[in-house]
Amino acid sequence: MANKTILTGWGRTSPSVAELLRPEEEAELAALVLASGGRGMIARGLGRSYGDPAQNAGGLVLDMTGLAAIGPVRDGYVTVEAGVSLHRLMRELVPEGWVPPVIPATRQVTVGGAVAADIHGRNHHADGSFGSHVTALDLLGADGVTRTLTHDDPDFWATVGGMGLTGVITKATLRLTPIETSRMIVNTYKCRDLDAVMTRLAECDATHRYTAAWIDCLSAHGRGVVEGADHARQGAARSFRARPFEASPGFLPVGLLNRHTTGLANKAVYVTAKRESVQVRPLASFFHPLDRVGHWNRLYGPRGLVQYQFVVPLGAEQTLMKIVERIRRSHAASFQTVLKRFGPGSGGWLSFPTPGWSLALDFPTSTKGLAWLLDRLDELVAEAGGRVYLAKDSRLRPELLPVMYPGLAAFRERRRELDPRLVFQSDLARRLSL
Amino acid sequence: MKNAFGEPQSLLLVGGASDIAMATAMRLVRRRVHRVILAGRPSPARDAAAIRLAEAGATVETADFDAFRVEEHAKVIGDVFATGDVDVALVACGLLGDTDLDPLKAADVAMVNYVGAMTAALVCAEAMRRQTHGALVVFSSVSAGQPSPADFLYASAKSGLDTFARGLAGALRGSGVHVMVVRPGFVRTKLTKGVNPPAFATSPETVAGAILDGLRAKTQVVWVPGILGQLMRLPGSIMRRITG
Repeated sequence: MANKTILTGWGRTSPSVAELLRPEEEAELAALVLASGGRGMIARGLGRSYGDPAQNAGGLVLDMTGLAAIGPVRDGYVTVEAGVSLHRLMRELVPEGWVPPVIPATRQVTVGGAVAADIHGRNHHADGSFGSHVTALDLLGADGVTRTLTHDDPDFWATVGGMGLTGVITKATLRLTPIETSRMIVNTYKCRDLDAVMTRLAECDATHRYTAAWIDCLSAHGRGVVEGADHARQGAARSFRARPFEASPGFLPVGLLNRHTTGLANKAVYVTAKRESVQVRPLASFFHPLDRVGHWNRLYGPRGLVQYQFVVPLGAEQTLMKIVERIRRSHAASFQTVLKRFGPGSGGWLSFPTPGWSLALDFPTSTKGLAWLLDRLDELVAEAGGRVYLAKDSRLRPELLPVMYPGLAAFRERRRELDPRLVFQSDLARRLSL
Repeated sequence: MKNAFGEPQSLLLVGGASDIAMATAMRLVRRRVHRVILAGRPSPARDAAAIRLAEAGATVETADFDAFRVEEHAKVIGDVFATGDVDVALVACGLLGDTDLDPLKAADVAMVNYVGAMTAALVCAEAMRRQTHGALVVFSSVSAGQPSPADFLYASAKSGLDTFARGLAGALRGSGVHVMVVRPGFVRTKLTKGVNPPAFATSPETVAGAILDGLRAKTQVVWVPGILGQLMRLPGSIMRRITG
């Protein structure tokens, strides 16, 4: 292999060796697809998936950030190349009065990655996931031919949430969200237990476009802070000066996050929150507080972190409460625990969001008994008709996947038809037999 | 593929299902391994092993592998890797042999414990190098460095295999492949039934536990029990008296 590179996901677990290439033209990509060897290839964006979907042991990994052109905005739609980051998109478009239709918890993701994982944001209950706002996408298939897919084509829905396994997404046309200012009006509510958090979150969903709750999962009753926010309509001008913060500060203490520091930090967030408050905040400070620290994932120590995000249907509140209780009793400490209510799904076959309660947690991989704990939680989630998020997974038992994703059988069949040579492969696909 | 906790999902047992190999396989299956390939001679023992592993929840495949037929190894093991990645391969071809010094029987001992095991390991190593990940576990023995009149044929073959495997580990450095040599002491198994166990005798379960720990920590040489590694520094005669 020429450029042998060790790659991991954002969780820094399961490193694997692949040849990493950064094509700058679509023609180069097509040639690589046609010449694909036995270990195949997978597209990679900015490596923000936590597990192994953008790794391909022994094969080729395509760094897509070389294909990053942004077209002009026409009637609220923009066509961009897949390697464009949401950071750049916001830098270019916010001054013109637009934001991406879905803003995840980091701007450091590419549009291609956002489609492949069908990402969601705090506006999921109101606006759905990323794929719902993509009107067309260009997909380079295993035959080396690029097709433009729209909502009428089943392959569009195999690709949205398809983790890059149907081909290389090269372009996407997005419907943008108009904004009048670049400020957010943020309402904060402090809630003393999980019940109160859930009730308040449901109320906020009716009145705010962006909602989420942060939960102190080490506290006895699952207390938390709910935020409901909207774009401010008047006042400040539109500007977006946030920097990408790609460089890690030299003093970042590796392995800082452990049970004690996490407990303290969680307590501090709750204690310092006002009972009820309204604030005006810039876009980046509301959406992306963690983007201020490059490589914050190193805080979890050399063995990295495991993210666990699941959704259980509305009506399965008891399961959610049981899971939170089990985590608290296990003494596994999650630094950021975020609860969100999802609205309807996009229709992507392997797309994660379905109507229900979604909880995201992160744990240092070295947490004692974590592998066992998460296996038990998987069973509770599957039993309740829920699922875990593939863009965050790094350890799911493959047998549970068909239970969690009813669209998996159709996906597998279509993948074999589209790609009989298995040109598109990833460590995730091998681990979960996608 | 291994998961974030380093837990393997697929396992190849080369040379059949000895007590140690089965104990290791069962523990791995109880965690994450769901594909097991039993490569050995067709036999009731192989079938029984397949049933036990399937009952524990694994998808079991068999491959007809014969340590003597070295010319077939590339094909038989190559086919296994062609169906899907193998995360861990245990090379456990073993034949204790007799105490009599029949040259042809001695050749058999060398064939199974050394030559056959080596060719199988080489085929696995090349396939794992291509997939750029995997762990290759080679069963040596504490007697590899300490021959006794009772087992020196076996010990000499294991000695060759041990040297080979440590060399292979060096040759594969940086490839993503982990080669681990396991040196158990006296293990109470079907094969050693009736023999009076010496000090530091161990069980297949303990060896399996040590293998799992070694896989997690990417150890190069595993002694079971661990203290044998220290005892090996003693003069051979004393060592033999302790370990039998």
